[in-house]
Amino acid sequence: MTVRLQREDFDANAEAAALTRGRTDVGAVVTFTGICRGTEAGEPIAALTLEHYPDMAEAEIARHVEAAHSRWRLLGVTVIHRYGRIEPGENIVLVVTASSHRQDAFAAAEFLMDYLKTRAPFWKSEERAGGARWVEAKQTDDAAAGRWAAQ
Amino acid sequence: MKILYFAWVRERIGKPEEEIEAPAAVATVGELMTWLAARGEEYAHAFDNPRVVRAAIDRTHVRPDAPIAGAREIAFFPPMTGG
Repeated sequence: MTVRLQREDFDANAEAAALTRGRTDVGAVVTFTGICRGTEAGEPIAALTLEHYPDMAEAEIARHVEAAHSRWRLLGVTVIHRYGRIEPGENIVLVVTASSHRQDAFAAAEFLMDYLKTRAPFWKSEERAGGARWVEAKQTDDAAAGRWAAQ
Repeated sequence: MKILYFAWVRERIGKPEEEIEAPAAVATVGELMTWLAARGEEYAHAFDNPRVVRAAIDRTHVRPDAPIAGAREIAFFPPMTGG
């Protein structure tokens, strides 16, 4: 398991390649990259600033990666979450899952993203023309995370 | 104990962290929020809708009825918007 919180950008391809290097049991790698959008509800955004609770974020993400491991047959997981100021078009978050068969890798990647949205202690502030504004949590994100508990 | 604030809770209170000694009668996270809210205008503003403020004890999410006895670090923050 690799969990990293960092200010710098990441290389999604290199991270995916690292999970399969030197092994032949991996049959599926799913890579999800979350990217900063330049508009929100039709309004332009100059940048996002992500605040986080460093020690808890690392522990919370690691707990969910462990939960994913106990739920699906995974051969590797990498989660990287950036913090600080991020401009439109830049990467925010990376989840890479590796497994023998695609179902496990797809499901685990989606599970991890749904939980990152609602449980990992990160907060986004948007820079707009009128000033900075904290992003409000979406009920659709809570619902997306909730469906994993119901199963 | 150490209290941490994040995002708009931090902005409203005006500091990222502080050491506090709550009275013994303050037993739960919810009671701690009520006690903090009475400390001044900035705290009252941060906790004016305590149902939207989330909490963690020693880096684990907790509900308002969680006991605070033995806690080293308690954090208050808005619903998370990462990912």
